[in-house]
Amino acid sequence: MSRVLANDRGTPPRLSEQQVSVLIDGHGITVPAGTSIMRAAVVAGIKIPKLCATETLEPFGSCRLCLVEIDGRKGTPASCTTPVEPGMTVHTQTERLSRLRRGVMELYISDHPLDCLTCSANGDCELQDMAGVVGLREVRYGYEGANHFGAKKDESNPYFTFDPTKCIVCSRCVRACEEVQGTFALTIGERGFGSHVSPGMDEHFFDSECVSCGACVQVCPTATLMEKSVIANGQAQRSVVTTCGYCGVGCSFEAELQGDRVVRMTPYMDGKANHGHSCVKGRFAWGYATHKDRITKPMIRATIEEPWREVSWEEAIGHTAAEFRRIQQKYGRGAVGGITSSRCTNEETFLVQKLIRAAFGNNNVDTCARVCHSPTGYGLKTAFGTSAGTQDFDSVLDADVIVVIGANPTEGHPVFASRLKRRVREGAKLIVADPRRIDLVRMPHIEAAHHLALLPGTNVALINALAHVVVAEDLIARDFVAERCEADDFATWCAFVSRPENAPEHVAGITGVPAAEIRAAARLYATGGNAAIYYGLGVTEHSQGSTMVMGMANLAMATGNLGRSGVGVNPLRGQNNVQGSCDMGSFPHELSGYRHISDEAARALFEAAWDVALEAEPGLRIPNMFDAALDGSFKGIYIQGEDIVQSDPNTHHVEAAMRAMECVVVQDLFLNETAAFAHVFLPGSSFLEKDGTFTNAERRISPVRKAVAPLAGLADWEVTMALSNALGYPMNYKHPSEIMDEIARLTPTFAGVSYAALDRVGSIQWPCNAAAPTGTPVMHIGKFVRGKGRFVVTEYVPTDERTGPRFPLLLTTGRILTQYNVGAQTRRTENNVWHSEDLLEIHPHDAENRGIRDGDRVALMSRVGETTLRAQVTERVQPGVVYTTFHHPITGANVVTTEYSDWATNCPEYKVTAVEVRPTNRWSQWQEESEVLRESTRRVAVAAE
Amino acid sequence: MTPERLAYMANQIATFFRSRPEAEAVAGTEDHLLKFWDPRMRAELLAHVAAGGAGLNPIARQAAERLAGCVAPPVRR
Repeated sequence: MSRVLANDRGTPPRLSEQQVSVLIDGHGITVPAGTSIMRAAVVAGIKIPKLCATETLEPFGSCRLCLVEIDGRKGTPASCTTPVEPGMTVHTQTERLSRLRRGVMELYISDHPLDCLTCSANGDCELQDMAGVVGLREVRYGYEGANHFGAKKDESNPYFTFDPTKCIVCSRCVRACEEVQGTFALTIGERGFGSHVSPGMDEHFFDSECVSCGACVQVCPTATLMEKSVIANGQAQRSVVTTCGYCGVGCSFEAELQGDRVVRMTPYMDGKANHGHSCVKGRFAWGYATHKDRITKPMIRATIEEPWREVSWEEAIGHTAAEFRRIQQKYGRGAVGGITSSRCTNEETFLVQKLIRAAFGNNNVDTCARVCHSPTGYGLKTAFGTSAGTQDFDSVLDADVIVVIGANPTEGHPVFASRLKRRVREGAKLIVADPRRIDLVRMPHIEAAHHLALLPGTNVALINALAHVVVAEDLIARDFVAERCEADDFATWCAFVSRPENAPEHVAGITGVPAAEIRAAARLYATGGNAAIYYGLGVTEHSQGSTMVMGMANLAMATGNLGRSGVGVNPLRGQNNVQGSCDMGSFPHELSGYRHISDEAARALFEAAWDVALEAEPGLRIPNMFDAALDGSFKGIYIQGEDIVQSDPNTHHVEAAMRAMECVVVQDLFLNETAAFAHVFLPGSSFLEKDGTFTNAERRISPVRKAVAPLAGLADWEVTMALSNALGYPMNYKHPSEIMDEIARLTPTFAGVSYAALDRVGSIQWPCNAAAPTGTPVMHIGKFVRGKGRFVVTEYVPTDERTGPRFPLLLTTGRILTQYNVGAQTRRTENNVWHSEDLLEIHPHDAENRGIRDGDRVALMSRVGETTLRAQVTERVQPGVVYTTFHHPITGANVVTTEYSDWATNCPEYKVTAVEVRPTNRWSQWQEESEVLRESTRRVAVAAE
Repeated sequence: MTPERLAYMANQIATFFRSRPEAEAVAGTEDHLLKFWDPRMRAELLAHVAAGGAGLNPIARQAAERLAGCVAPPVRR
């Protein structure tokens, strides 16, 4: 149960051009046709008692508490299921209704424990509230009859309990699981008095299909479904509206607190990205913020062989500044650089890149978006003129055909996935292009019209074949192309995709996808109505990642699927602020707002504002930094909120580069894998401990608000500022709002953004400026940002990472619902009970050939490294393809991935690695060595008395 | 940064542009190197070209040669 339902209007809003006027308890009210009497009454200021109804769910009409009388009609209909009709006169409070409601409540209470004072929902219980509202004073039936008091409590889920003794069988939880989450894990078992909520086939919650999104807990009107944190601590005393620190959906939450202790995270009903929904990470996995592993004191050491020494902030900052200046004096100004974090706020990433450009005096700044969505930036900017997705999330509800390419939304972006699934249940067609049989291919009430199960590394061949069909069968939106796109480029592109090598019949031999399936998918995309593409790292993390992004843009332009709701090309960003970190000028070649560093006008603007001369040449990208470290020209790095040793490819190469540097500074919550090679550790602050903003995958800028004080005393932006001041470049912001004001002054697409505006409207989608003062949910309406859309020839070039006799399988990597990125946060929560280790998915055919059984320990080997993990034998992967995740450092999946990367951006080719797998009974040499290293480099010296 | 790695990356860029007319492909490759490569990487590529440019494909080689001709030799920072 949640306090957010306190202002609930009972049933969902209805959209209609027709307005209906009714009289409720003498008050006239006009509402859209289709609105329920219950909702109309709330709009008129009249609350009707209810238990099964909530505006987050379709009306159900089971609790019989919301009965009303209507003039001229017999009986007492439920107000939640009865729509208003013109001229209707409704009475919500009569003697008859009061008598009926009390009778209903008597029945409920006769089978409900009377332990209100010790109940975890005390003060936050709708049943308790309704007993008061209807004036319940006695229960004539007594409590001795048949009841459910002996039912056993289910405590199997790590985050919430299910106490059937308190259940009133209102079905809110069942409906939330169906309508909001779309998992269908719950049902009502049996009938009549035996009716009960059943996870799966009367299983425990933990053993059922439940994905722990918390939607059921949120809507429960009693203590039946209750957070364990509330049971342990009690109800919250205050709340702060903020933005989730996990994936790129960017859900709004209320952090509910007692003093400085978070007791619950509740998805915020008015959050425009999530509309009150959440996933297991955002809602429940926040315990890492106070985990015992948090480092809250700055530490330094001369070499990584020495133990850490705790020091004051002043000493740590002074030491860092002195080291960077020493290195620059010895090796040159370009010998140092830094990495901004997609987990930190816009203000913090802006400040880090400013520090590097203005205080370090070079452009050696990059961001972890380098290794995920940098091809999105390059590709979409080339095609459309801006480096961002085209739509808002709600746009999917207007889509008729949804194409998911190289993304796994139910695992990586679960709240968006729920909305996508809802649209598919409403009738939209789904096309999935993925080497694996991801859940969206077939799950309850969802089945993809086409699963294009291509081989890893063949995306571009597939997109060209789809385009070939569109051109060959003249499915082109000619008016759109003629009006909106460059004519010459279009003609060149048409000639290119029409070549025989792009025909589905030829491409089938490359991708493994039957030609007929490619043709059918192309026809559906081009002719099925509004068609929207959603894609993820399965597109970008390839040697042709940028090419594929442009290929998708070509297809969308050719079919006219841009510039309105329901269509578009939409990247699903991995981390919470990938979009924002890119927007804020984190790439070495770009200032904020994607203006090239060589652009003299843009550079002059920043030079005037920052009172410093800026380098006009691009700096090093992350992989270039590693290479430069190994050749001796790059010696110092400041890494904020990023674990490059675990997350970047070819771990041996990354570790060697780290060892080659003289000053590695890590700013993080925990001693991560990169910190093993660090000389300075600066304690980071969690998203609960600072003010700022995140920008999600739909370009939505949402406020992050400080709920508790930074555990280490300083928020991340304050640390960067202190470092800059120590380096001699003054920064004197008193609050992150001043940083945002500077961003707005310097960045045309952010010109209208301010904390005041965010407080007023909740969130803003950029561009937000004089031309779009309220922001821009859908881009490229009428014309593209670059003017005319640009078709680009996208020749398929096979990756150089090839299978062969030594490495005959293709490894592709990804993520899982309950873990996040390198797992530094989620591994320090109860989420580990679902995914305590990385597993290698292998097809039964490949497993049998190698004598591998499910659960066996196997060695995973590529030409660059080897690791050991357990095998999961499954037909989810196709023969010849294996899959694993990279959430656990002990596995170190990136020990086997290679340094191959996207031609345009150097985004690593995580998705294609030639490997071999064999049974083993031992850890790899790297794992044994890294375990020793991990232990030895985390020692902290005991302070002298 | 090894010459082999730089040549490989330059070849990748040139391969993307090879579907265009040759002059356009060379100009596109050169422009990409200018816009996205750190000067020290370009300097090392030019040094590799000066040393024979082993492993460079024709478009990448021409783009590098144009870089050498149209910009002052980048200074290693």
